[in-house]
Amino acid sequence: MDIQIQISDKPLDIMACIAQVTKPNAGGIDVFIGTVRDTTQGKAVLRLEFEAYQSMAIQEMHRIAEQAAAKWPVHSMTIHHRTGVLHIGDAAVVIAVSAAHRAAAFEACRFAIDTLKKTVPIWKKEVFEDGEVWVAAHP
Amino acid sequence: MHINILAFGIAKEICGGSSLQLEVPDHATAGDLKQLLAEQFPRLGGLASFLLAVNEEFAAPDTRLSARDEVAIIPPVSGG
Repeated sequence: MDIQIQISDKPLDIMACIAQVTKPNAGGIDVFIGTVRDTTQGKAVLRLEFEAYQSMAIQEMHRIAEQAAAKWPVHSMTIHHRTGVLHIGDAAVVIAVSAAHRAAAFEACRFAIDTLKKTVPIWKKEVFEDGEVWVAAHP
Repeated sequence: MHINILAFGIAKEICGGSSLQLEVPDHATAGDLKQLLAEQFPRLGGLASFLLAVNEEFAAPDTRLSARDEVAIIPPVSGG
């Protein structure tokens, strides 16, 4: 399987992610784009600030792609994650997966984003008008 | 021995910087260090969880530390 992992402080190139998984043997490409939402629990969000333990995060994202390939017959997976200051509507993460048939692509893509949110050492701070919160830090 | 520790996210704020050094007994484990950190920075104990990574891998409590290890405090992750 082709795996392409990247963490960048520049805007993510969604079309490039799709191009990386576009292969003659692919019958379906599934793409997940995580974007910055304008509210959290009714409060207006001004911006998000992402920070990564970059070297470990890249390893963990590779591991996710390898686990996905072990579970489903997928051909290629690209995971790009953004760091730094993001504004409403910006893409924070792009996951593109190709497979011969759509079911594997859908399932592998869902697995990848669900697992990334649990295991990859990346953190986001939500900044509101009246303060800021590291997401998920406290029970 | 001296252990170099990286801190990220809210742990960076709690520990007062993105890196710190702690003196631990020789043959200390990740679990020992976690306990020391929780004593020195009680706000770490108030987090939903905090894990240690040793050389870029999540570390089990019985992982032995050495002075050359890269140790990191991993508060609850929130990427994506």
